[in-house]
Amino acid sequence: MRDTACRSWVELADRDPFVFLTGDLGFRALEPLREALGERFINAGVAEQNMVSVAAGLASQRHRVWVYSIAPFCYARPYEQIRNDVCLHKLPVRFVGNGGGYGYGPMGATHHAIEDYGSLLALNGMQAWIPAFDADVGLAIDRLGSPGAVDAPVYLRLGRDESPDGFVPPPFEPFRRLGTGERGVLLCVGPLVGEVLRHYESLAESARPALWLLSQLPVLPEELPAQLVDDVERGGGLLVAEEHVATGGAGERIARCLLERGVQVSGFEVACARGYPSGAYGSQAWHRQESGLDAQSLLERSAKLMERTTG
Amino acid sequence: MTVPSDSSEAPNYAELRKRARLRLLRMHFEAGVGHIGGNLSALDALLVLHHRIMTPDDVFILAKGHAAGALYIALWSRGEIGEDELRTFHGDDSRLSGHPAPAALAGIPVATGSLGHGLPVSAGIALARKLDAAPGRVFCLCSDGEWQEGSNWEALIFAAKHELKSLVLLVDVNGLQGFGTTAEVGGIDNLAERFESFGFSTSECDGHDAAEMAAELERDVPGPRAILLHTVKGKGVSFMENELASHYVPLGDAEFAKACAEVERG
Repeated sequence: MRDTACRSWVELADRDPFVFLTGDLGFRALEPLREALGERFINAGVAEQNMVSVAAGLASQRHRVWVYSIAPFCYARPYEQIRNDVCLHKLPVRFVGNGGGYGYGPMGATHHAIEDYGSLLALNGMQAWIPAFDADVGLAIDRLGSPGAVDAPVYLRLGRDESPDGFVPPPFEPFRRLGTGERGVLLCVGPLVGEVLRHYESLAESARPALWLLSQLPVLPEELPAQLVDDVERGGGLLVAEEHVATGGAGERIARCLLERGVQVSGFEVACARGYPSGAYGSQAWHRQESGLDAQSLLERSAKLMERTTG
Repeated sequence: MTVPSDSSEAPNYAELRKRARLRLLRMHFEAGVGHIGGNLSALDALLVLHHRIMTPDDVFILAKGHAAGALYIALWSRGEIGEDELRTFHGDDSRLSGHPAPAALAGIPVATGSLGHGLPVSAGIALARKLDAAPGRVFCLCSDGEWQEGSNWEALIFAAKHELKSLVLLVDVNGLQGFGTTAEVGGIDNLAERFESFGFSTSECDGHDAAEMAAELERDVPGPRAILLHTVKGKGVSFMENELASHYVPLGDAEFAKACAEVERG
């Protein structure tokens, strides 16, 4: 997604100039953007706290500002700067975290971001956008870069498009139904849906859940799509899957929305990042598997939920 | 009201300072709050900036947000905060919280209170000035204890690297912090040498001599620059001066009366 993002930023730079701050990341990726932006492309160095406060200062002077780093360094190190300097002032700074979740797998736990959007969504006015496909990235950047279009701080969590070759996703929206099915509902957050799709598409509708994708947070009860509510109320249970810890995650938010809306839910479970239960480390796929977030585990868990809720 | 450049004790500045100190003391006494010492050490700098130095193109950021009272008083003395509003300080339904609030007042563009934020945000504003080729300076007043915050050193590197000429860093060097002297706690009292080594043009002056401060601030020095203001915590109230307790402890009835009498005498 990073290369797609870079192309989108280069296009945006021609149309609506902005300032781009990177925390010394982007080698062999962001050079075209550096070329396009000139003095407005700033390598702020290995100093994320200052980078975020500088972004706030620029935004206070009506500059459109993007802040880029790998996901953990984008939100965790400068958390107080995001809270005080950006969010308390309602400044529309864009934070781009590359490699959300276990994206930087073998690099180790310090490079993972499995509590990123939950932490950030606790802050005043913050939104989290989580593209699942390369095609989402361009639309997201276009919207976030258009003057006045999204007047709020936004965290853009980038990962890797894992969808099957030839898959054409519907346009980027907060909720998208990617497949119909008769055995409950599986609601995924972010790129892990791509791997699910690889297994899902070969299943008959009678043997699979309806597949939904959530790409923007927070979610308010009234924002739940009617079709999703219908799918959930049809029975078979709802499994929410996210590469994020349970606390502050999409699962908690969806549960609250369903309860506040009074939706009849026959069963509800959340598959989430479990951290590092074995104390061993590996690739993103390995960590997902350890947390039960691989496609096979998710589809099996969804099927078991269906069996449990229908007796 | 302007500050004469020939003497810090010229009648109109002396009168302004007396009025400001008395109102500052009363404001804190009525609200029952402390932080008076650091307000009194910063007050002269704030008065000079707001009455003598700053133009409409300039921006001021109070990095040492615990001196919010002194900033409110400076704005009050310019008529930007009314007497009625000043009486809400530290109370309910007030824009004048103990540390500057976000988007509350035109004269306070940035909420501060957590140390180590004001200078990096000021660097961002100065960068905007540079990119836009816009006029005006960006003044940032830090405390000395605040230099134990790593983000400030990040900002020094950034400001020097990007040659943020509009940035003027002021440091209220009163030598005391929350639980000790800055020498005891941090041991970094050679700030001038350190700032110079980071590429800041650095000078020093008496932070209670309005004329000296004004002259230094009016001097044409290419930024980014730093000015160390040597000050006294609790300045103007003998039993508060250089006392650690003045960082936290509110004034009682007798102390308030005594402090006001001292300030009145000048």
